[in-house]
Amino acid sequence: MREFMIIFKQAFMTKAKTKSFIITTSIMIAAVFLFANMEKIIDTVKSATGGDSDSEEVLQVLDESGVLVDRLKTQFESNESDIKVELSSKSEKELTDQVKEGEIDSFVSLALDNTNTIQANYVSMSAMEFTIPMMLQEALQSIQTEMKAEELSLSGEQVQTLFAPIQFEQQSVSPSAKSEEELSQARGLVYVLMFLIYFAVIVYSSMIATEVAAEKSSRVMEILISSVSPVKHMFAKVLGIGSLGLLQMVLLGLAGYIALKTTTSGMTDGFFSFFGFSNMNVGTLAYAIVFFLLGYFLFATLAALLGSLVSRTEDVQQIIMPMTLLIVAGFMIAATGLGNPEMAYLKYASFFPFFAPLVMFLRVGMLELPVWEPLLSIAIMLVTIFLLGFFGARVYRGGVLMYGPSRSLKDIKKAIQLGKE
Amino acid sequence: MSLLLENVTKRFGDFTAVDDLTLSVNKGTMYGFLGANGAGKTTTFRMILGLLNANEGRITWNGKPISYATSPEIGYLPEERGLYPKMKVEEQLIFLAQLRGMKKTDAKVAMNKWLKRMEITHYANKKVEELSKGNQQKIQVIASLMHNPQLLILDEPFSGLDPVNVEMLKEAILQFRNDGATIVFSSHRMDHVEELCEQLSIIDKGKQIVSGTLRDVKRSFGKQNVRINSDNELAHLAAIAGVKSVQKSIEGALYQVESEQVANDLLTAALKSGPIRHFGIEEPSLQDIFIEKVGKQHA
Repeated sequence: MREFMIIFKQAFMTKAKTKSFIITTSIMIAAVFLFANMEKIIDTVKSATGGDSDSEEVLQVLDESGVLVDRLKTQFESNESDIKVELSSKSEKELTDQVKEGEIDSFVSLALDNTNTIQANYVSMSAMEFTIPMMLQEALQSIQTEMKAEELSLSGEQVQTLFAPIQFEQQSVSPSAKSEEELSQARGLVYVLMFLIYFAVIVYSSMIATEVAAEKSSRVMEILISSVSPVKHMFAKVLGIGSLGLLQMVLLGLAGYIALKTTTSGMTDGFFSFFGFSNMNVGTLAYAIVFFLLGYFLFATLAALLGSLVSRTEDVQQIIMPMTLLIVAGFMIAATGLGNPEMAYLKYASFFPFFAPLVMFLRVGMLELPVWEPLLSIAIMLVTIFLLGFFGARVYRGGVLMYGPSRSLKDIKKAIQLGKE
Repeated sequence: MSLLLENVTKRFGDFTAVDDLTLSVNKGTMYGFLGANGAGKTTTFRMILGLLNANEGRITWNGKPISYATSPEIGYLPEERGLYPKMKVEEQLIFLAQLRGMKKTDAKVAMNKWLKRMEITHYANKKVEELSKGNQQKIQVIASLMHNPQLLILDEPFSGLDPVNVEMLKEAILQFRNDGATIVFSSHRMDHVEELCEQLSIIDKGKQIVSGTLRDVKRSFGKQNVRINSDNELAHLAAIAGVKSVQKSIEGALYQVESEQVANDLLTAALKSGPIRHFGIEEPSLQDIFIEKVGKQHA
């Protein structure tokens, strides 16, 4: 146990003290704060640049009918819009030239056809402009409604009854379904957490494989395993790096929590509520940690096994490729399920141990599952981790003594053979 | 207190890496292990350390098999550098000593003592990869000695060291021996083995082809070198029965002979052709024995 703790501490501390770990963690924490205060920052930047972007847009208007300009003006004024309407005396051709030359941004020519329907033609340099045409279209639409109503001598109330919205509600009868509103709220949080799990599992398990290969290539392994059994060494290493990963996740989680609590922009704003941060689900967070840990241990034992087969760090990426592909496949499957988490294949995938950390987390975060489902999935993963640990230890024992150009999975057999001897 | 290997055989599939090896090393003695590359030295060391199990035979240390429980008593210096390149010297040495059962505070004291003795105190806070090869080797040596092991296994301890450092290291190892440690070491450098070891083995392709005390090995080699320097023509001496080979030099020639009797015959014959300037019987060097024995096997 003593040696176990020494190696555990060494694996944890040497990595935790590296510049790269400190820098990446700080950058990630900074990014979390930046992200949480995005709106405030954008506002500050806007006001700092002299309110240029807030200034009034002058819209040149050509009006054949002669009645539309004034209505448009009042419409914009009542909307408190920043767009200032200016009646132009120039011809359409002259204005088009002016737009081309860049002297004015855009103009609109208005006319009424013989059924008193508004004909508008908006001209600007590029088709990439959205806000002004949209506002313009909206304003003109209500002007037209108003005009038509006047024509039919309808009162304002009558017009309103015409546009009264229907009552529409969606209801699902599936027992696991959440309401559409809940679903879209959960979606953002689940997506962010899923990505974190995916990212952490890939990063930390390949870190394990690289560490093991580096210890082999520097031959420090010979000294280590002559004072500590390879199996102890492997699990101490996996746990040490795992704690490092957990520390990073917890730091990020704390940063996120503090950032959201202290941010001045209301979290109820569109952006945050879209990502489901306004009502953080504690259960989802707890599951995220559980599935991160399980996913990590599952892949880390696999990575340690694979890392022990190669003797140069250059060969690590190649040998862990199949494992990386498994993680990526799991992520892809889970990502397709974000839109519709009730697909049948997701259910099956969530009980396959190598996909479970991501897919089961998706389902548990998005759906109201009966408790036995996540529990069964967790149990399957635990058993797999145990089996992999057992099998991995056997490979590892021989693998760490193997030197030479070994970089294929066939060497697993050789390693087990050597480990037995 | 001794290390005992009895009829140890190690096979990897069809390949026999170590074949029926027997040796014993007593407390306070040093055992030299000679062999060409791939002869089975490292495999033998790994078996002594308990990393590999022998297919046949027994390895015991003080009458008991070696296990992780005995690890604090053992010091091991692997052939290639076995250090973390990116870890600081100080952290690394303390870490390795702790693994060998030392307390952190004791490890610190021992480390400072050794760094001072090896004259590298100023490297304590450097990363290993920043040091020269020779200094890395010194760190490696300290790592294997720090915890005062009773059994020292040194695989090529002198590689990469300059003569001054070789002396420094020899002194340290000799002190360990005089304090009663059991030491096994391998080397390509015959002169080091000749100088340090009471007993030795030469192994080739897993087989022990020579073993015993240094004196016995030289005696049983059955050949001696006779050097005769003379201004006269001595070519006909090569024809005397019992002369194995002749190496001519500017001053005269070196004859390898079967026995002391042949040396006498040589001297008589040489004197017949005229006066000689030098006559001497020299012991065969380990180098001669090694080349003769291993070379023959390879031929």
